[in-house]
Amino acid sequence: MSDSTIELKGSGFTLSVLHLQSSNVAETCQALADKIKQAPQFFKMAPIVINIEKLDGAIIDFTELKQKLADLDVVPVGISGATDKQKSVIKAAGLACLNEAKSPTNKQSSDGPTQVRYERVEVPVEVKVPSYTPSKILRQNLRSGQQIYAKDSDLVIIGMVSNGAEVIADGSIHIYGQLRGRAIAGASGDESARIFCHKLEAELVSINGNYWTSEQLQDSVWGKAGYITLDGDSLSATELEI
Amino acid sequence: MAQIIVVTSGKGGVGKTTSSAAIGTGLALKGFKTVIIDFDIGLRNLDLIMGVERRVVYDFVNLINGDSNITQTLIKDKRVEGLYILPASQTRDKDALTREGVEKVLNDLSEKFDYIICDSPAGIEQGALMALYFADEAIVVTNPEVSSVRDSDRILGILASKSRRSEQGLEPVKEHLLLTRYNPSRVEKGEMLSVEDVSEILAVKLIGVIPESQAVLKASNIGEPVILDEQSDAGQAYLDTIERLLGNKVDYRFLSEEKKGIFKRLFGG
Ligand SMILES: Nc1ncnc2c1ncn2[C@@H]1O[C@H](COP(=O)(O)OP(=O)(O)OP(=O)(O)O)[C@@H](O)[C@H]1O
Ligand SMILES: [Mg+2]
Repeated sequence: MSDSTIELKGSGFTLSVLHLQSSNVAETCQALADKIKQAPQFFKMAPIVINIEKLDGAIIDFTELKQKLADLDVVPVGISGATDKQKSVIKAAGLACLNEAKSPTNKQSSDGPTQVRYERVEVPVEVKVPSYTPSKILRQNLRSGQQIYAKDSDLVIIGMVSNGAEVIADGSIHIYGQLRGRAIAGASGDESARIFCHKLEAELVSINGNYWTSEQLQDSVWGKAGYITLDGDSLSATELEI
Repeated sequence: MAQIIVVTSGKGGVGKTTSSAAIGTGLALKGFKTVIIDFDIGLRNLDLIMGVERRVVYDFVNLINGDSNITQTLIKDKRVEGLYILPASQTRDKDALTREGVEKVLNDLSEKFDYIICDSPAGIEQGALMALYFADEAIVVTNPEVSSVRDSDRILGILASKSRRSEQGLEPVKEHLLLTRYNPSRVEKGEMLSVEDVSEILAVKLIGVIPESQAVLKASNIGEPVILDEQSDAGQAYLDTIERLLGNKVDYRFLSEEKKGIFKRLFGG
């Protein structure tokens, strides 16, 4: 919406994460204060995320934590690794709850009761926020030689897709009829896209570039109602039964 | 205003010209003023099957170019009242069929006829595209084998996307499936697709099943459309097709192998 005064967009930043190992707030903040003394410039008004995964759901005094961090001149951006119970307490204390993007961090063994550990978590710089685009819906048979592309959306076909026809979508593909041609879902990189169809006899199915030809489909749900999903980099076909 | 029907298939040699001749003649027999146009420029065929090849003076391309007028160019059939043939040119190439030219001829004919039957050439090029572009209805001629079915599917896609009706967002071209050269015993042996198989793959309403028949060859040798051979299986199957085209319900015949006599069935054979 270019004519509005603000614009909301998703972005990723690299932040320091403080991993709490103990529910003793005073003790933790003392350890942090010691750390800050070693590099005061680095921490001056630094945004920081507090990860409380190690607390195993224990409720601590988040208001006190927030206050103590402010006293140390660091800015708590929010809390990550919280359980649902902890989240309501965190929000009541006026802190944000964050979901950390999964990254294979080397989980060090905690070798002390009050360890403060820092790490830099790399998050992708531009995160595309999925904006809602209505599905492309067609009520027709797609014949040999015809091609349909649903950009940024799902594709719904009430009809069949013949041998030699090709249907492509950036999202998922739903076919309420036979699929005998080619169906290419997640064409711009969505690995969660799926292909559903009423009767699966496809020449080719593909999700995010991973494909199966009819040969590989033969021994799964051939001729039946089914759907195709992508798991890692391998496709799987499941019968549609309710 | 005439109803324009294209007889088309994609694949060659499946029976388009045989069917155009039979269907055009059948409609004229029913009392409709009918003209059959040969769109197969360079490979004249319709005039042979209709037995008028020795009476061709002017042709479709002459008419388009204004070298001749409708009265001079149309050939009147001597057997059936109200039946005319517009032959293809044998000397020109298919680029002579321009959209404007074809449209003008069809508009002129439309004022004088009830039905215009367009016998399409094989393939999906200019001639075939021109034959189907102005159609109100399409009879898709298909043989019960995989490659013919595939090509029919392609043509159905073109009808749905490249015809005048689709381009102008009008009611779509009415599609009919005509299965020809159907051989029930080969179907039973699994050597050919069945009526059910083809109907299921193409998802188009069936209008007729013409059996593989000696009568077709015989008819084309004497230059008489097979529908005039009322005793033959193929002739009767085309007569049934005309009834269905006119909206009447007729049971299908010639779908199974000829019944063996009771003795043969009892004692084998
Ligand atoms: N029902 C039938 N039984 C037996 N032979 C048939 C039948 N229908 C057509 N044929 C034969 O098949 C051949 C091709 O028929 P026809 O010329 O009608 O096909 P076409 O589709 O018009 O071909 P083209 O694509 O070359 O224009 C001819 O020899 C014809 O006699
Ligand atoms: Mg022909």
